Amino acid sequence: MNRQNRVDALRQLARERVLILDGAMGTQIQALGLDEAGYRGERFVDWASPIKGNNDILNLTRPEAIKAIHQAYFEAGADIVETNTFSATTIAQADYNMEGLAAEIAREGARLAREAADEHAVRTGKLSAVAGAIGPTNKTLSISPDVNDPGFRDVGFEVVRQAYYEQAEAMAEFVDFMLIETVFDTLNAKAAIKAVLDLREATGEEIPIMLSGTITDRSGRTLSGQTAEAFWYSIRHAQPWAVGLNCALGADELRPYIAEISRVADTLVLAYPNAGLPNDMGEYDETPEETSAHLQEWAEAGLVNILGGCCGTTPSHIKAIAQASQPARPRHPVTRDRAMRLSGLEPFELIS
Amino acid sequence: MTISVSTFVNVGERTNVTGSARFRRLITEGNYADAVAVARQQVECGAQIIDVNMDEGLLDSVEAMTTFLRMIAGEPDVARVPVMIDSSKWEVIEAGLQNVQGKAIVNSISLKEGEEPFLEQARKCLSYGAAVVVMAFDETGQAETADRKFEICERAYRILVDRVGFPPEDIIFDPNIFAVATGIEEHNDYAIAFIEATKRIREGLPGCHVSGGLSNISFSFRGNEPVRRAMHSVFLYHAVRNGMDMGIVNAGQLDIYDDIDPELRDLVEDVILNRRDDSTDRLLEAAEKYRGQGVGAEMTRDLSWREAAVASRLRHALVHGINEFIIEDTEEARLEFDRPLHVIEGPLMEGMNVVGDLFGEGKMFLPQVVKSARVMKQAVAHLIPFMEEEKAAAGEEITSAGKVIMATVKGDVHDIGKNIVGVVLQCNGYEVVDLGVMVPSETILETARKENADIIGLSGLITPSLDEMVFVAQEMERQQIDIPLLIGGATTSPAHTAVKIDPVIDVAPVVHVLDASRAVGVVSKLLSDESEAYAAGVRDDLARIRERRLAARAAKARLPLAKARENAWSTDWQSYTPPAPTFTGVKHFDIPLAELVDYIDWTPFFFTWEIKGTYPSILDDEKKGEVARSLFADAKAMLERLVAENWLQPKGVIGFWPANRDGDDAVLYTDDGREEVLERFYGLRQQAAKTSDNPHVAQFDFLAPVGEGKDYLGGFAVTAGDNPDKSAEFAASQDDYNGIMFSALSDRLAEAAAEWLHEQVRKTHWGYAPGEAYSNVELIGEAYAGIRPAAGYPSQPDHSEKRTLFKLLEASDRVGIALTNSFAMTPASSVSGLYLSHPDSHYFAVGRILTDQVEDYAKRKGWTLAEAERALAPILDEA
Repeated sequence: MNRQNRVDALRQLARERVLILDGAMGTQIQALGLDEAGYRGERFVDWASPIKGNNDILNLTRPEAIKAIHQAYFEAGADIVETNTFSATTIAQADYNMEGLAAEIAREGARLAREAADEHAVRTGKLSAVAGAIGPTNKTLSISPDVNDPGFRDVGFEVVRQAYYEQAEAMAEFVDFMLIETVFDTLNAKAAIKAVLDLREATGEEIPIMLSGTITDRSGRTLSGQTAEAFWYSIRHAQPWAVGLNCALGADELRPYIAEISRVADTLVLAYPNAGLPNDMGEYDETPEETSAHLQEWAEAGLVNILGGCCGTTPSHIKAIAQASQPARPRHPVTRDRAMRLSGLEPFELIS
Repeated sequence: MTISVSTFVNVGERTNVTGSARFRRLITEGNYADAVAVARQQVECGAQIIDVNMDEGLLDSVEAMTTFLRMIAGEPDVARVPVMIDSSKWEVIEAGLQNVQGKAIVNSISLKEGEEPFLEQARKCLSYGAAVVVMAFDETGQAETADRKFEICERAYRILVDRVGFPPEDIIFDPNIFAVATGIEEHNDYAIAFIEATKRIREGLPGCHVSGGLSNISFSFRGNEPVRRAMHSVFLYHAVRNGMDMGIVNAGQLDIYDDIDPELRDLVEDVILNRRDDSTDRLLEAAEKYRGQGVGAEMTRDLSWREAAVASRLRHALVHGINEFIIEDTEEARLEFDRPLHVIEGPLMEGMNVVGDLFGEGKMFLPQVVKSARVMKQAVAHLIPFMEEEKAAAGEEITSAGKVIMATVKGDVHDIGKNIVGVVLQCNGYEVVDLGVMVPSETILETARKENADIIGLSGLITPSLDEMVFVAQEMERQQIDIPLLIGGATTSPAHTAVKIDPVIDVAPVVHVLDASRAVGVVSKLLSDESEAYAAGVRDDLARIRERRLAARAAKARLPLAKARENAWSTDWQSYTPPAPTFTGVKHFDIPLAELVDYIDWTPFFFTWEIKGTYPSILDDEKKGEVARSLFADAKAMLERLVAENWLQPKGVIGFWPANRDGDDAVLYTDDGREEVLERFYGLRQQAAKTSDNPHVAQFDFLAPVGEGKDYLGGFAVTAGDNPDKSAEFAASQDDYNGIMFSALSDRLAEAAAEWLHEQVRKTHWGYAPGEAYSNVELIGEAYAGIRPAAGYPSQPDHSEKRTLFKLLEASDRVGIALTNSFAMTPASSVSGLYLSHPDSHYFAVGRILTDQVEDYAKRKGWTLAEAERALAPILDEA
C-alpha cells in the first residue's frame, strides 16, 4: 500500500466512522524518566550544551523507545500516529545548538513512525498511517518579543518558511500527511503551508495537509488574537484534508470552538484536546473515562471526523476514545454559499 | 445569493501615501504611532477592510509596508479587519503578504506585462492565501470602454479560474474608475463605461466581485470638496445598483444620495450618466457656488435645519448622524412632550425608520448607519434617568419587569430592528442587555447565565443568520438554558422557526416575533402567570406548521426525470403554425396610470390587509363586510388622488425573440435564421406521480421544439414606479395606515399594469388575438390565450432566471427596474415574466423535484450541485 492508497482508504473510512489519532508523545517520553545522559546516548556524550528536554533528539539516541510509543498507540486503536518531530526545525533546535541536525531528526522521526505503522499493518491488516508533525517553533511572526517596540520581530517569514521547507522535505519520503499543529500564530502556519505547497510544486508529490490551531484560553482566540473562524479563513487556501484544534484546553473548554470550526469548515474536522486543564502541579489528571465521555458526546453530536489526544493523554485515553466514539456517525462536512471569506483577527464575508 | 443592494463593502483609503498627504508625511517621518491612529480612525468610521499603500518614490516601500503591517498586527481594534495590500510593485505586495496573519486582498495584479507574470503572481497569491484585485489592464493598456473592460476581465477570469485554479469568489475586478468632466469629450463616457462593465462582469463572470477607487471619478474638481462628494455619492449610487460590491472610499465622508442639494445632484447625475452634451460646462459653472461649503469651513456650514421644530431637528440629527446638538434637542423635546417616553416613541423612532429605509434602498451606507445608531443611543441615554424618576415619583420601584438579552447573531451586522425592539422593551419597563452585533453564541449564553436573564432575543437580517440562530438554540439545549428564545429579523419566518429551530430545543419555548410591535406583547405573556399556557400554544402552532409542510411533502410519490420527460406535454406541431409577433427585439412604454384602475384585481388587496375572501362578495360578507367596505372606500379615495396627482409613473418593457424548445429549456436566437444562439431560459419539469394521464409539464413544452417550426418567446417587465417622497411623507407623519395603503395600491397597480400590457401584447404587439374582448373578471380568470409565467413563481421557482430576462430587456436602462443580487426587483411594485402564445399553454406548479433533476439542471446552468440546491431549496424533495 502506498501513500495514495492509504489516504484514499482513510477518506473512505472517514465516511463510516470517526478516525482515531494518537495521544501525547511528551507524556510518554516523560514516563521513560530519562536523565541528561539518557537523552545524549552515545552519540552526543560530548555535546557542549545540555540537551535534556529535547524530545526530538531521541529519534537519534533512543529510536527503539520512540518506535515503541508509536506501536503502543497503534495497538490502542489509533489509525494515524504523529511523528516525534514537533520541534525538528532549525529554529527550534537552535535552543540546543542542534540546528545542523534538524533535517536528520525530522527524517529519522518520520522513518521510525513509518516502520511502526508498516509493521502494525502487516501484523493486524489494519490501515496504519503517519502524519508528519510540524510544530509552531518558538518564534512568533505576528507578535513582537519586545513590548516597547511593537514593530520588531526576531525572525522573518522567509526564514521560518525555509526552516519548515527543510523539515517537510526531510519527512516527505515516509509520511502520509503533513500535520501543521498547535498553531498559536497563524502567520507561522501560513509560512509552513507555503513551504509545503512550494515543496509540492518542486517535487510534484502531493502530500495532503492537516492543520490544527490552538485556542489559548476561554477568550476563544489564538495567541495571536484570531477567532477560530478567522483562523480557518486564513489557512483555508491549504485545502487541508482536515482542520481542527488541539492543546491548551481540555475537552470541556474546547467544545464551543470545535463547534465553530465544525460549522464553517468544508473539510474533515479533527480535535485532540488535552486531558483536562493542568492541576496545581502542572499535571493532567483527567482519566481516560472522563476524556472519552466528552469526546463521545462530540462524536454523537456530529461535530468531528478525527479524534485524538494532546498533553496528558496516554494509550489508555486513546483506547477509551476509540471505543467510545465508534458507534457514532461521523460528521458530514458542510457546503456553504459561495463567498469571499477574508480575515483579520475576525472573520469577514462577502457573498458572491 | 443573499446580498442586497445595501451590501457594499467600504475599503478605507486613508492609509495610502499616494492619496493622503498627511499619511505620507507620517510615514516619511517614521511616525508610525500616529500612522496607526489613521488606520484606527478608518475602522471606527466603518471601514470593513483597510487599504495600505506605500508606493512613494522616496520611501523604501518594502520596509514601510513591512513595518506598518507589523505595527497594526499589535492593535486589536485595527487588526480585526482584513488588509488590502496595495502596490504596483510585486516585491512590496510580497512583503505585505509575509506580514499578515489574516487572509488579505492583493491590490493588484493584471495582464499589463503579459500572461506569464500574471500567472506567476496569481499562483503566489494562492500559496500565500490571498484574494486578488485584477485591474482591467492588458498588454495594450488600460481599458476605457465597457467592451474592452469586460473583454480583459473575462480573459483574466478564464486564466485565473481555468489555468490557476483560483477560486472565482476570491477575484475582485477593478474595471478602472477614470476622471469625468475633464473637458475632453472622450472622457464623458468613463463613468457609464465603468457602470456598464460592472454589470456585465457581475452577470457574466460568476462568483466574482467588483471594486474601484472612488476618488478618481472627481479628480477634475480637486479642491471643491462638496462637488467631489456629490459625485462620489451619485456614482456609487448607480454603480452599486449595477453590482459594484466593494470600493475604496473615505469611510468617514460619504454623503447620502437623497441629501445632496437636488440642483447639484441633477448636474452631477448629468455628468456621471453623460446625459447631455453640455453637462460638464453646466457643472463647472455651478461648481463655484458650492466650493467651500461644509469642508474645513465651520463658518459657512449649513445650519438652517436648526431653525425647524424640535421633532424634525431630532429626525435630521438621526438621519445625518450629527450628535453635536442631540442632548439639548432631546432635552427640549422632553420638556415639550408629556412624558419622556413619548420622545422616544415619536421623533426618535421616526428618525430611525427613515434611516432603516434609506439603508435598505442603498441610499445610505454602513458607516452612516453606525453614526445614526450612536446618536439614538445618546438621546435615549439622556432620557432614561427621567423615566426612572417618573417611575419613582409614581411610587413604582425601579425594579425591572424582566431582563432581556438581545443580540444580532454572529456574522450579521444589522441592528436597526434589534435596536428598535430594545428601545420599545426598555420603554415598557424591561431591562435590556444589548450585546450588539456579531455576537457569538457563547457570549450570548454566558451573559444570559451571568445576568440571570429572563429571555434571550436574537436578531438577524441576512440568510446565513438563520443557521446561526439554529446553532444558538442547539447550544441552549445542550447547556440546558431554559429561558424563552425570541427570534426576529427580516429573513426569519414562522416556517423556519417551526422547521429548523423549534425541533432542536426542548428546554425552552421559541417564539418568532414578526415585528417590533409584537415584542412587548410576546415578552409580557412569556413572563406572566400564564406563560406556560402561552408557550404551549406557541408550540402547538409551530408543530402545526411543521405537520402541514410534512403532509404536503409526503403526499406524493415522484417519477425519475427521464420518465417524467417521456410524459411531457405535447401537441401536433406539424399542424400548428405559431403566430409571429409584429417585431422582434425590445420596446418600452409609459403606461397611462388612469387606464390601470379598471384592471385591478382587488382580491389580493384584501389579503394584504388580512381580510380573506373574494372581491366583490367580501364587501357583503356577514362578519368582515363592514371592515372591507370601509377599507375599500379609503382605498378608492386614495386611488383617486393617486391617479389625479400622478403619484406614480408606471412603465413597461416588452421583447420578442425567435425561440424554440430544446429539452426542458428555451433557446433564443439572434434572428429568424435561427442559427446564432442569443440566450437560454431554463425550465423545470413536474415529477409528481399522477393518477391520470395528465402530462408532466415544463413551461417550454408550450414552445415549438427545435426544427418544428418558427416559434417565439416574449418577455416583459412592468413597474408601477415608486414615490419615495410620498412614502416618506406617510412615514414621517407616523401614518402607517396610509403608508401601507399606498404600498398595497402600488402593488395592485403593478399587477394591473402587467395585465394591461399583456392584453396590448395579445391584441397588438404579438397580435395573435386582435379581436379579443374580455371583461376584467374574465381577465382575472385567465380566459385569454397564452400565459405570462414569472420566475420565482410555481412554474419556474428559480429566481435567477430573472437575470437573463432583465439583460435581454435592458430593463434597468429602459424602465428603471433593477434586480438586487438576490433577484428582488426594485422598485418593489414591479412584475416581470415571459410570454408564451400557444392557445393551450397554461399555468402550473412544478412542485417538488428529485435530485436527478437538480443535478441535470445544475449541469445545464453550469452551476455546482450546491448552487442549484440553494436556488431550488423550496422545491427540493428532501424526504
